[in-house]
Amino acid sequence: MSLSSIARYAPRSCRHLFALSSVQSTRHMSGLGEATFTELPETHQMLKDTCRQFAENELWPIAGKIDKTQEYPEQQIHKMGELGLMGIDIPEEYGGTGLDALAYAVALTEISRGCASAGVIMSAHNSLYLGPVKYFGNHEQKENYVSPFIDGTKIGCFCLSEPGNGSDAGAASTTARDEGDHYVLNGTKAWITNSYQAEGVIVFATTDKAKKHKGISAFIVPKPTEGLSLGKKEEKLGIRASATSNVIFEDVKIPKENLLGTPGMGFKIAMMTLDSGRIGIAAQALGIAKNAFDTAVEYSSKRNSFGAPISKLQMIQSKIADMALKIEMSEMMMYKAAALKDAGKPFTKEAAMAKLACSETATYVAHQAIQVLGGMGYVSDMPVERNYRDARITEIYEGTSEIQRLVIAGNVMKEYGY
Amino acid sequence: MSLKVLVGCKRVIDYAVKIRVRPDKLGVVTDGVKHSMNPFDEIAVEEAVRMKEKKLAKEIVVVSCGPQQAQETIRTALAMGADRGYHIDVAADKMATLQPIHVSKIMAKLAEKEKADIVMLGKLAIDDDSNQTAQMTAALLDWPQGVFASKVDAKDKGLEVVREIDGGLETINIDLPAVLSADLRLNEPRYATLPNIMKAKKKKVEKVKPEDLGVDITPRIEVVNVEDPPVREAGQSVGDVEELVGKLKDKGF
Repeated sequence: MSLSSIARYAPRSCRHLFALSSVQSTRHMSGLGEATFTELPETHQMLKDTCRQFAENELWPIAGKIDKTQEYPEQQIHKMGELGLMGIDIPEEYGGTGLDALAYAVALTEISRGCASAGVIMSAHNSLYLGPVKYFGNHEQKENYVSPFIDGTKIGCFCLSEPGNGSDAGAASTTARDEGDHYVLNGTKAWITNSYQAEGVIVFATTDKAKKHKGISAFIVPKPTEGLSLGKKEEKLGIRASATSNVIFEDVKIPKENLLGTPGMGFKIAMMTLDSGRIGIAAQALGIAKNAFDTAVEYSSKRNSFGAPISKLQMIQSKIADMALKIEMSEMMMYKAAALKDAGKPFTKEAAMAKLACSETATYVAHQAIQVLGGMGYVSDMPVERNYRDARITEIYEGTSEIQRLVIAGNVMKEYGY
Repeated sequence: MSLKVLVGCKRVIDYAVKIRVRPDKLGVVTDGVKHSMNPFDEIAVEEAVRMKEKKLAKEIVVVSCGPQQAQETIRTALAMGADRGYHIDVAADKMATLQPIHVSKIMAKLAEKEKADIVMLGKLAIDDDSNQTAQMTAALLDWPQGVFASKVDAKDKGLEVVREIDGGLETINIDLPAVLSADLRLNEPRYATLPNIMKAKKKKVEKVKPEDLGVDITPRIEVVNVEDPPVREAGQSVGDVEELVGKLKDKGF
């Protein structure tokens, strides 16, 4: 029996003794409890209430405005940092809140309910920037690139996709030349969330193209750095207050100390990071869905047609039922993925399922919400058109729905022994 | 100053919830309905926390009366910065007849037990709109009161309180110990930050029965009937002031 399989059967109190790499020992032994089918643990319920209050008071009022102006909600992100949301599962010794994946999912759902852009900013920062350093960084890297990035004043970004490859992450063509005491990075990364505001950059580059995905390494690059520049801010359909652009590396010199993990570990780091990131995006998509759903239900109870509120019409009821069901099912999938992660169990398949389910629910619910609102759903007076635009990206980033299906199928085949 | 502040917080139906009368017409539906801390009590807790930050207060003790769920309200106060709490255990079915007179006796007993310097309450609770508990507590303790406070500052050995009254603002100076009640504009309550929510779990909450404090909560009232307010009727437009006066005279005003 391998050490990892023994670890899985050890009583929870002993699991920390079987810490293999920093990946396994991230289970927080704080005994915060797990969600049951009927309720969240008390801490998580309080967290949910605080985030909902914050989202209603601080994010909801500006969401429409920043969607139009595409401005970064700097003040609101600062406040989210003060609340403890910008380092939510970082251990307290590095200044984080020390909560678990369930807390992350619950918080991010409520934040995204208020503003999907704030949600993706929070998600990309927590999962994609802090995540790799938390799981694969050494103490010094955590002190320099995690601790200062917790209070909402500094955020980070994650550079994996390139103009030539998104889903085909193993074909990365950004290069890292080993020059003794430093590396030199060259290449272009595309579709990078938080690019403009980021002061820390996780970038994946290949040191040996012949080794294909085994030649990719992960690096931490501070920003600004000489040679690092940004492309134009993309004009997006949705999540418009979140800055997205190319990140260009032209002979960017970074010290050897900035290598994350070991050479050749990059692909594995990226894949493991995305597993956790998928729980985040599931939460973001779920928040968008819930917001659209709330609007649709309220509207249907107030809008009169054929002599009564349209909520009395069976076809509207059918839509409401279908939306409610999809939301419940995807939420349960998200909770399950978070619970597995928090229990230290494998959660790749479930995280992919959660992301797939929640993102397809978001697009479905936003679409149907517009239908329920009719003409009103098509104009910016009501928020569902923004929900519709915000929802669309959730089926694309952090692994397209197609990639999620490949991940799920691959895991299923393995489980069946094929 | 290093004052000890006793703050009362009540668990009420959330302000945003649509209230529905129970089928038996003896109350409102509370099962499965969202509850939260009375907004004026949030303001009271916030003021106590600010006093602690300004080094006026050194300890904040919060109190809530109710069934087990009252502990959620106490935890929220602890997450905002209170130090410890008392859960006064009152069964759910007794809550309908628990009146300000009972609560003020409980507050007075606790104030004496804890040797509190300030008792802070919200000016009223949004479910019963009583606006009595602070005043009754002050009377029972024979302490000065600064109710409807929109500003509280330390002054000499006492407090300077600006009160919101019908005519405007009134400033009074009162000695300590004193009872205060928070009005809307006293402050804007903070969000409970995640680190504080985590810390709140470790803070002490003591469960006490009213009898243990020597307070009798036997109901003094009986709820006879609860019903919705009447549906608002449409108004009438009048052409001019004379017509208005004529109509008023017809109605007997």
